[in-house]
Amino acid sequence: MDFTTPSGQNPIDRLKIVGRPVTRIDGPLKVTGTAPYAYERHDVIPNQAYGYVVGATIAKGRIVRIDTGAAKAASGVIGVITTLEYKPAAPPQRQTANLFGGAEVAHYHQAVALVVAKTFEEARAAAHLVKVDYQAAPGKYDLAGEASGAKPSADPNEGQDAEIFDRVGDFDAAFAAAPVKLDETYTTPCETHAMMEPHASIAAWNGDKLTVWTSSQMINWAKAGLAKTLGIPAENVRVQSPFIGGGFGGKLYLRADALLAALGAKAVGQPVKVTLQRPLIINNGTHRSATIQRIRLGAAPDGRLTTIGHVSVSGNLPGGMPEPAVGQTKLLYAAPNREIYLKLAALDLGEANDMRAPGEAPGLMALEMAMDEMAEKLGIDPVEFRILNDTQTDPRDPQRRFSERHLVECLRTGADRFGWSRRNGTPGAIRDGKWIVGMGMAAGLRLNLLMPSAARIRLDRDGRLTVETDMTDIGTGAYTILAQTAAEMMGVPVEAVTVILGDSASPVSAGSGGQWGANTSTSGLYAACLKLRGAVSARLGLNAEDAEFADGKVRSGNRSIPLAEAAKDGPLTGEDGIRFGDLDKRYVQASFAAQFAEVGVDSFTGEVRVRRMLAVVDAGRVLNPVTARSQVIGAMTMGVGAALMEALAIDMRHGCFVNHDLGGYEVPVHADIPHQDVIFLDHPDAISSPMKAKGIGEIGLCGVAAAVANAVYNATGVRVRDYPITLEKHLAKLPRIA
Amino acid sequence: MIPFTYEKADSPAAAVAAVTATPGAKFIAGGTNLLDLMKFQIETPTHLVDIRDLPLTTINDTGDGGLRIGALVTNTELASHPRVKRDYGVLSRAIVAGATGQIRNKASVGGNLLQRNRCPYFYNTDLPCNKRVPGSGCSALGGISRSLAVIGTSESCIAQNPGDMAVALTVLDAMVETIDAAGRTRTIAIADFFRLPGDTPETEFALQPGELITSVTLPPPLGGTHHYHKVRDRASYAFAIVSVAAVLNKDGTGRVAFGSVAPKPWRIKAAEAVLPAGPAAVVSTAFKEAKPREDNAFKILLAERTLALVIAKGSA
Ligand SMILES: Cc1cc2nc3c(=O)[nH]c(=O)nc-3n(C[C@H](O)[C@H](O)[C@H](O)COP(=O)(O)OP(=O)(O)OC[C@H]3O[C@@H](n4cnc5c(N)ncnc54)[C@H](O)[C@@H]3O)c2cc1C
Ligand code: SF4
Repeated sequence: MDFTTPSGQNPIDRLKIVGRPVTRIDGPLKVTGTAPYAYERHDVIPNQAYGYVVGATIAKGRIVRIDTGAAKAASGVIGVITTLEYKPAAPPQRQTANLFGGAEVAHYHQAVALVVAKTFEEARAAAHLVKVDYQAAPGKYDLAGEASGAKPSADPNEGQDAEIFDRVGDFDAAFAAAPVKLDETYTTPCETHAMMEPHASIAAWNGDKLTVWTSSQMINWAKAGLAKTLGIPAENVRVQSPFIGGGFGGKLYLRADALLAALGAKAVGQPVKVTLQRPLIINNGTHRSATIQRIRLGAAPDGRLTTIGHVSVSGNLPGGMPEPAVGQTKLLYAAPNREIYLKLAALDLGEANDMRAPGEAPGLMALEMAMDEMAEKLGIDPVEFRILNDTQTDPRDPQRRFSERHLVECLRTGADRFGWSRRNGTPGAIRDGKWIVGMGMAAGLRLNLLMPSAARIRLDRDGRLTVETDMTDIGTGAYTILAQTAAEMMGVPVEAVTVILGDSASPVSAGSGGQWGANTSTSGLYAACLKLRGAVSARLGLNAEDAEFADGKVRSGNRSIPLAEAAKDGPLTGEDGIRFGDLDKRYVQASFAAQFAEVGVDSFTGEVRVRRMLAVVDAGRVLNPVTARSQVIGAMTMGVGAALMEALAIDMRHGCFVNHDLGGYEVPVHADIPHQDVIFLDHPDAISSPMKAKGIGEIGLCGVAAAVANAVYNATGVRVRDYPITLEKHLAKLPRIA
Repeated sequence: MIPFTYEKADSPAAAVAAVTATPGAKFIAGGTNLLDLMKFQIETPTHLVDIRDLPLTTINDTGDGGLRIGALVTNTELASHPRVKRDYGVLSRAIVAGATGQIRNKASVGGNLLQRNRCPYFYNTDLPCNKRVPGSGCSALGGISRSLAVIGTSESCIAQNPGDMAVALTVLDAMVETIDAAGRTRTIAIADFFRLPGDTPETEFALQPGELITSVTLPPPLGGTHHYHKVRDRASYAFAIVSVAAVLNKDGTGRVAFGSVAPKPWRIKAAEAVLPAGPAAVVSTAFKEAKPREDNAFKILLAERTLALVIAKGSA
């Protein structure tokens, strides 16, 4: 179905099942360890051999020679393939790095060989025996050093023909004249997704047909990516990924595990499985680029912003995309004079690409800290300052309204529920034993992206429904909300629905990314359900227009027939998808959040510990408050990591991320997260989709790190503009101790 | 991991004989450190002698009021032993500040003392490291060294000893008892157990090849208040940036050692002597010879402030 006008009343609005706290239907599989994750799918095909990837040990240069003699002779080894034996693979869409092939090394741990052996241990041992001679070349690894040569670059979120510069009014003159102003630079580091399950794939060939069991957020992208890199028709590729142990954007794109499993399997003539060892996830996979962001705010003494300037520099491999860290700044606050754009520097680190809330996450780390600083300069409460500068229209185009925007309600509700009035605006004023206690807040905005999504639903003789779509569940709850959607539409309990996901043989969905998954995949299923309702009505001789599907029955006029009746002569199927028109052009569609945090800073050691957090989220209709809450608290946890500890440390001599494992790259643990609360506002957005939902998966992260950082400042009085706020960055400036 | 053979030993003498008989053999206790290192081929034993069944699993009173702790007592058992909790609180606190419950359930006293350093370059087998490959160079010099040592280092290695338990044992003047290939036993003072890198960073401990730790003894209780404060980037499951182990007396005297600042737990008697003068005096004495890197110089200030915290708690 084409979704081109705002949705009216529809069967979802009954909210008998959608909107209810249904616990995960795949939960039992997970807690019993029986959910099949890619690397453990020993049953799908016999005779699986193990591949182990050898990564380049230089960051830039050429391979002169690869000696595989010793590796091939090692115990258990079945075969070794090297990059010199292949032409460079054409990068899939939206990807930059060469995954395999050729003599050029463009980044550290680029895959240079795959050793295939009978066991994992043998493959790994033999991988150490592959000898690679390099001719190293100097590379560029330091964003700060390259920033001056960075080039203005279009925002990849806004499409290819988008303006590079977002300029409104006369920024320079207005900023010069602003009575109160701020001009500061903020930096955020490179980050890794740190999902628990590594990239993993099993590949098997049957003639020229390839099947890959993998861990991918985007089945159709994986399929297209494999076809392109292997140079085979897409219809010859089958991809299956029913369970994914986290992705956070790291599994949006085809990675070396899948390509090398396919090449390895071809070379040795048997199925091959490959996982990326954690150091390769970090150096061979994608990461979030570091940013250097200059923000200039000008305001009248009454607190109204007159100017907003935001320029963000990030780095990527030549030809790569920038981290779109200024997107939210274009939309979050009103101000008549604006200058906002991205710059991109070429670096020779691995590929920078999407990580949860790409752009908004680091962008808000800077913008919302700047807003905190500006509120202080103006002597206005940070919550009130944001409310004062709220906008209900796109600041670039006053005719373009937001579909639904309830940021002010988020802010007021949050302030009330968090006890914001107890905050003391003077830093360092609140003590609790050795702790200095601070409160901070930030606003968040993340676009509601819309992607076409299709599904098929079948009604069987026994009255059960089976949903098939290549949608993925990356731990988010997709299985559950799809089952709820089908149950609501067809008037059956959730238990009557089976959901089959992650198979490229199913209709193509939106996949999981950009927080579009829940809203668009359920909308696609909604469309398929309308088809099935039509087929059922026709079969039962009922009028589809007034047929009511409820309690396992179909009612029309004075007739009431069990749903299963419709399939008594054979299954009925509905297949369709949702295609979005230009509603996202006519309206700005976004989710909003107000984030609040209270931290304690150890007055002796400078250690920061979060005490409590609250997110108030405006994301349209909440399809399932349990899974939605999980999304937000997980994202808040990620925000704590970004604020306080997560950073890839770059060795500027070798061009590699040094802390390339989960011992060196710290993410929050349970003890870091004592108390989190989430409040959802209930404002269904009929312009977004028939589900009236919007993205939740990323808004939960937006603004969190800045809220924590602002709380740290409120505790210490020391402003650290260089994330993450590790203790040495403020230790020397903390109040002296007796 | 390269192929290796494996056997289980049933007595200390048999274990020592087995390791001595096979070149490249090593003991394995909990395996929580050794197995990780083997997977990276940082350790490449040809033969493993499993010592978990040795009768070194008890904690007994010594005649003089101290304790003898078998080398295979787990970290969990040691930390939760009633006498350790009562008389040697610094040790109990240091142990539970380390790793996780699961790892502490597996980890042994001997293995904990012998855990290897956590320099990131030590773990990256693609880059030079004198500790891993003697003579290859030190990547940490001029690289990322935030977590590494600020004192006791050399031009060949600046790695820190990352352990927690050892810092407490150092404050307590523990003794390490061993048996060697010839069946000889000896006792090594904890202060002499860890080696500074000098020109031989690959040699970290005062053990001879094949020498087995049989137990660790603690002298009679010191009294005083016991403190272990571990500073880290997250609240749990992280190695220390700096730690302070201290036993403090009412009159302001006491003992103190610093962890994660040097290649061994850092206890300087002359610094300890000025405890009554306060943390700044202690730290300026203990770190007089410090040669920090730009990215870890903060550890000295942090050591001072952490000690100040411990003293403040001690006098509260
Ligand atoms: C994820 C993780 C986090 C950690 N965090 C911390 C932390 O925060 N603080 C901390 O202090 N530690 C930490 N550790 C280290 C942990 O304490 C050690 O791994 C553990 O104590 C080692 O004990 P084990 O018995 O498992 O030793 P093993 O791994 O079995 O052995 C280690 C070494 O000791 C030798 N060995 C063992 N026993 C004897 C003996 N009796 N005589 C002679 N040689 C022997 C072995 O040959 C080997 O070389 C962490 C470890 C991990 C994996
Ligand atoms: S500091 Fe020591 S362990 Fe680290 S790289 Fe240098 S020699 Fe190796």
